[in-house]
Amino acid sequence: MAKYTAPVQSKIGQIVDVIVLLIMAIGALYIPLWMGMAGSSKEPVAIENPTWEALGQNPVMVGQWEKLGYSDPASAAELITARFDYSFSISSLIVMIVVIVGYYAILLRFSEKEYRDVIAEKFGE
Amino acid sequence: MANAQQTEHVGLARVLGPAHVWALGVGIVLVGEYMGWNFAVGKGGAYAALMACWFAGILYTCVAMIDSEVTSTVAAAGGQYTQAKHIVGPLMAFNVGLYLVFAYTMLEAANAITVGFLVDTVATMTGHEGGLDQRPFIILAIMFLAWLNYRGVLATLTFNLVITAIAFTAVIILFLATSGIFTTSPLQHKDLMSGPAALPYGWLGVLAAMHFGLWYYLGIEGTTQAAEEVRSPARSLPFGTLAGVMTLAIAATLTWYVSSGLMPWEYLGQAGVPLFDAARLSGSTFLMVLLGIGTLFATLASANGCINDASRAWFAMGRDRYLPGWFGAVHPRYRTPYRAIIFLVPIALIFALGAPIDQVITFSILSGLLEYTFMPLNIILFRKKWPLESIKRGYEHPFHPLPAYVLLGLCGITFFAVFLGYGTQLVAMIAFYIVVSLWFHFWRYRFVNRGAQFTMPWPKPRGY
Repeated sequence: MAKYTAPVQSKIGQIVDVIVLLIMAIGALYIPLWMGMAGSSKEPVAIENPTWEALGQNPVMVGQWEKLGYSDPASAAELITARFDYSFSISSLIVMIVVIVGYYAILLRFSEKEYRDVIAEKFGE
Repeated sequence: MANAQQTEHVGLARVLGPAHVWALGVGIVLVGEYMGWNFAVGKGGAYAALMACWFAGILYTCVAMIDSEVTSTVAAAGGQYTQAKHIVGPLMAFNVGLYLVFAYTMLEAANAITVGFLVDTVATMTGHEGGLDQRPFIILAIMFLAWLNYRGVLATLTFNLVITAIAFTAVIILFLATSGIFTTSPLQHKDLMSGPAALPYGWLGVLAAMHFGLWYYLGIEGTTQAAEEVRSPARSLPFGTLAGVMTLAIAATLTWYVSSGLMPWEYLGQAGVPLFDAARLSGSTFLMVLLGIGTLFATLASANGCINDASRAWFAMGRDRYLPGWFGAVHPRYRTPYRAIIFLVPIALIFALGAPIDQVITFSILSGLLEYTFMPLNIILFRKKWPLESIKRGYEHPFHPLPAYVLLGLCGITFFAVFLGYGTQLVAMIAFYIVVSLWFHFWRYRFVNRGAQFTMPWPKPRGY
């Protein structure tokens, strides 16, 4: 295989590449946060005039809440009643599986193509 | 550019021993016992978090076994990135390099957030009203540690060795003081984990808890980043990594035991500094101060190790032109990848100052998870392309391919656990990696020399 000589990248080209990479990375991580789609729906259940009993707390639990600074059940109610919503649709699960498997399939396929060139040039053919 | 080409030929200094490897691995991860692990309690309850801790322990044992074999053979800066380059291919290597950078940079950001939260908590406890502005402490922590890394790896990891040992000792002392061995135990597991508090989400919660169960150990694989700076990689890397996993399994179980015996699961599941809270509830001022110092040291040690590891991965990619070659420079005096260290500082700051901690931790976990999914593929291809008799390994892991399949299965379960509650981040992050992979394959790779990427003195791989 003929030896491949990589072109030398200009300084401006290097800077542009770094900026593109940064925009993609920060965008992918921040866009879900900005759009309010990140995190799960861990919503507290509103209870009027909550008591420790109504919140399902036994005397030992109440003692620990008080030591932690929550002397009033109303102050701890939001923490105690907040629950994750684990309901999901089969279609969204399938989408996730397809995305993950597809991603690794792309990786392995393109990597293999590039790797064959590397080995051919390194060891000769 | 000319300067970069001159300096990149200066090698990194080989100055580290097995204790430094242990300190690098445990130092990064020990903070996982001080904060973050407890979100597993929030996702499934206390019992679920314990089960997740042990299953994650199995996952990381597989990671350590696989990684030790490959790293003891591919002893070069960049760790898994360099492994992927030699075993799977350039695009996989580029992705693995990014996993490393994001996993560690996000972990660094989470540590800095915790430093700010701890300072605020202590200020409130000592009578300060209205809350502190945490941002100066976050910025100061990141800037100080980046400076330390800039100045040299030996000083950095020796600093880590000392503060990691203190933070680990603090966990042991808290356990001994509260376990009932010497005095009456304040732990009340039976009452705090009875009835609906046992498994508040049922068995689905156990699966969901695997998401943050990884946090007990995440980053232990970072030991391989120092491969080029270790005096005897074939001995030090497997020893340091496996000793690190054992240390963390013990520390994680002790942490769970003490914390779940002192706090209702609803509080523990969202606490910012759970071990510090546990010390507060023990009623001992000495323990409270000790665990406060332990939390501070653990976060600093972790952030320190993260800067070390992320910068080496970024440096290695720059050196290979996967990223602009400007990043592949070594400081002529301190012999550190100083440009990579400086470049990653603002990225850590953006997330430390602008994102909630559970989201930042999830970004870190997701990058780690993608990396662990790569590892079984890596070892299977490594054994296939270079069977045991073809090249000498410093360490051969037993029972191959069982650890690879177990690891793959546990990664699948953890993907599902992340999907439960954080599916949007999961899809967004993988979409990012798909786009960036296409960018690399169709654009960036043209600047990379082909055969020169393969630097190991190995024979031609079988099948090529």
